[in-house]
Amino acid sequence: MDQQMTRKAYTEDLLKIQKKIVDMGTTASAAARDSIKALLNFDKDLAAQVMNNDDIIDKLLIDIEDSCILLIAKQQPIAHDLRIIATSFKISTDLERIGDHAFDIARITSNLKKPFNFNKSYIKELSDCAVTMINMSIQAYKDGDVSLAEQVCHEDDNADSLFAKTLTEISNYTSVESLPELVFISRYLERIGDHATNIAEWVIYLETAERIRKTKKIK
Amino acid sequence: MQYKMQAKNLNLYYGSKQALYNISLDVPSNMVVALIGPSGCGKSTFLKTLNRMNDLIDSVHIDGDVYLDGNDIYAPDNDVVYLRKRVGMVFQRPNPFPMSIYENIAYGPRIHGLNSKAKLNEIVERSLHNAALWDEVKDRLNDSAMGMSGGQQQRLCIARVLAVEPEVILMDEPCSALDPISTMKIEELVTELKKKYTIVMVTHNMQQAARVSDYTAFFLNGKLIEHDVTDVIFTNPSDKQTEDYISGRFG
Repeated sequence: MDQQMTRKAYTEDLLKIQKKIVDMGTTASAAARDSIKALLNFDKDLAAQVMNNDDIIDKLLIDIEDSCILLIAKQQPIAHDLRIIATSFKISTDLERIGDHAFDIARITSNLKKPFNFNKSYIKELSDCAVTMINMSIQAYKDGDVSLAEQVCHEDDNADSLFAKTLTEISNYTSVESLPELVFISRYLERIGDHATNIAEWVIYLETAERIRKTKKIK
Repeated sequence: MQYKMQAKNLNLYYGSKQALYNISLDVPSNMVVALIGPSGCGKSTFLKTLNRMNDLIDSVHIDGDVYLDGNDIYAPDNDVVYLRKRVGMVFQRPNPFPMSIYENIAYGPRIHGLNSKAKLNEIVERSLHNAALWDEVKDRLNDSAMGMSGGQQQRLCIARVLAVEPEVILMDEPCSALDPISTMKIEELVTELKKKYTIVMVTHNMQQAARVSDYTAFFLNGKLIEHDVTDVIFTNPSDKQTEDYISGRFG
């Protein structure tokens, strides 16, 4: 056994939590991506799958929270270790909300009688932006990459302007009965971008201990 | 679950003063059990009943049972020397013998009849490895143990216990005289040692109990107030007194 790093088990537990965050991020990102794919392709099977998979995300949240609570109770985390735990609570909550929004989008698809009559390209562009933001924020978390996290924060402006454009497009081209659903879907996608931005801000806090909150532009 | 040691309805008296009240506690194999509680609560007294160290005090009287692998260690025909080989002990302050590092480790096996130099060399090296000390002392095995740091001396004492191949290791506040880094080394060592041994550790440091143990037993005024999985004790204890103690509200 000989000379070894002290607190090996604790260090491993921290790494396990970080790995679970990445797993949860990958799962939430796939849920967001698939919910839009199901909508655009009118694929009710895929929508049902997204709804079922929400349980996996919820279980990961509880698992991460329990692990964090135990480490606080048993290991007295401080400094970067404490920030790993604090940010795990926050990031897992954001990921769970992303999962909820994917669920909501999938539920709309599963209730549709027929495909929407609207220009898909705007929803597609907004969702691509939102999913890319999740992926970037999780990658930034995984690599401790502050500059990538900052890019996510900047990308949120793009998400917001795509959201505004999409709303205009929906009101111009869509029949009245599907309007509320499409507005909701766009709103969910915009919120997903916000959650990805939150995650990126927590990555910056994790790595630098600096609190950065992006101020929303008043439209 | 397999229990390495079990105390059943154990009462202990120093003369007419009762120090332990009806303690029943199971020690699962290959686990770390932490005994916590304020000074004078009986945790060290209880620890010493597990290898009959209290026999050395004339006024002590015990009733109830303690089992090691299901056998009563207080049975009249039980060999106490052999018991203490199987159930070794590490004390609060490191207490190396005033001799070389090598001789500290070789002492126990020699007492138990081993004289082969080759075999002793092997035991010394293995014990020091397992106590996470070999790399620090391999070039000065013949130096006096008294010249080592406190943390090293305590790991030497653990190596000395390991040399006689015990099954259970009792630790009575093994880190209370050590600095934080040495403390963490001992804690890391305990986590490794439980793969082969069963460990019962008295500690005044609640955080240490939380960090290293699988089970925690809380003693107060000679009574076992609560005994549960450490994760439960430190997140949701069932007794208010336990919660007050571990959250630093009394004691």
